[in-house]
Amino acid sequence: MEAMAAEAYGYLSAGIGAGLAALGAGVGIGQIGKGAVEGIARQPEATGDIRSTMIIAAALIEGVALFAVVICVLLVLK
Amino acid sequence: MAGQVEGNGESNFILDHIVDHHELHLGSLHIPLPHIHLFGIDMSITGHLVMMWVATLFIIVTLAISTRRRGLIPSGFSNAIEALVVFIRDDVAVPNLGEKEGAKYMPFFLTTFMFILACNLLGLIPFGQTATGNINVTAALAAISFVVMIGSGIKHNGFFGFFKGLIPPGLPILLLPLMIPLEFLGLLTKPFALCIRLFANMLAGHVIILSLIGLIFIMGVVAVPVSIFFALAMYLLEIFVGFLQAYVFTLLTAVFIGLSVHQEH
Repeated sequence: MEAMAAEAYGYLSAGIGAGLAALGAGVGIGQIGKGAVEGIARQPEATGDIRSTMIIAAALIEGVALFAVVICVLLVLK
Repeated sequence: MAGQVEGNGESNFILDHIVDHHELHLGSLHIPLPHIHLFGIDMSITGHLVMMWVATLFIIVTLAISTRRRGLIPSGFSNAIEALVVFIRDDVAVPNLGEKEGAKYMPFFLTTFMFILACNLLGLIPFGQTATGNINVTAALAAISFVVMIGSGIKHNGFFGFFKGLIPPGLPILLLPLMIPLEFLGLLTKPFALCIRLFANMLAGHVIILSLIGLIFIMGVVAVPVSIFFALAMYLLEIFVGFLQAYVFTLLTAVFIGLSVHQEH
């Protein structure tokens, strides 16, 4: 009974954790996109630079979100 | 423990497609591979290892063909390879390391980038497996980057000069016991982040695609159009993410090497 409850809590927390990670990534990358679009609107000549910076920053933030996903997967597998 | 991982046996196929096996999986054909134990360490040949060899062979053959000298101006595929090399030199190596040093580290950056790219893309073709979706592979790549980071810092600044240069100048002496462990930790978290970022990105893409296809088995025929469409969209995203993660790994390695070599804070 205790083992079953522990497993159920594990699945539940993995789900909540993954949801929170997606939320954090969405908010963060959305703000990067907002800053990038505003920058391009102000200065269209810098589009190439801004686009590359935006993609690199998005990849880094996604890395952090995927750290959380890896922890959630560990929870499910235990 | 691993047997009862996914609950019922239906969703076991996701785990089956992700983990490494002592066999080469070509569809339903399982070719057994030799188990080799050297000095108590398991050095068997596994599916992911074979994929890495295929990636290496692919890179060697492609680059050997496309860099054959046919004149000063390359054309066609050689043009693409030259554009890639120039891109890595001008956007990754030189801004972080300077002209001379950047050119010296180019072989390392190019090898890292092409190898990670080839491994990522090989996981997307049928009968292929993502070698970089295995944490041991990405840990090894991150360890190589770590060794190059510390090695280049020591070569450039001297053994003690490198560690002394980690501490920001003008620091009150009382903060030293706090800063030293912090700086060491900072040295270690960078390659750790490189490892996990690449591993999680590659793994997540494949798990999503497998889960979407698995929906067909669970929900029946009604899920087929939705599943296939979303799985296709995820495949395209995976191609993009493969390129992006190879580039980000190389770029961050270059940034960290630049920080080690030019330690002026």
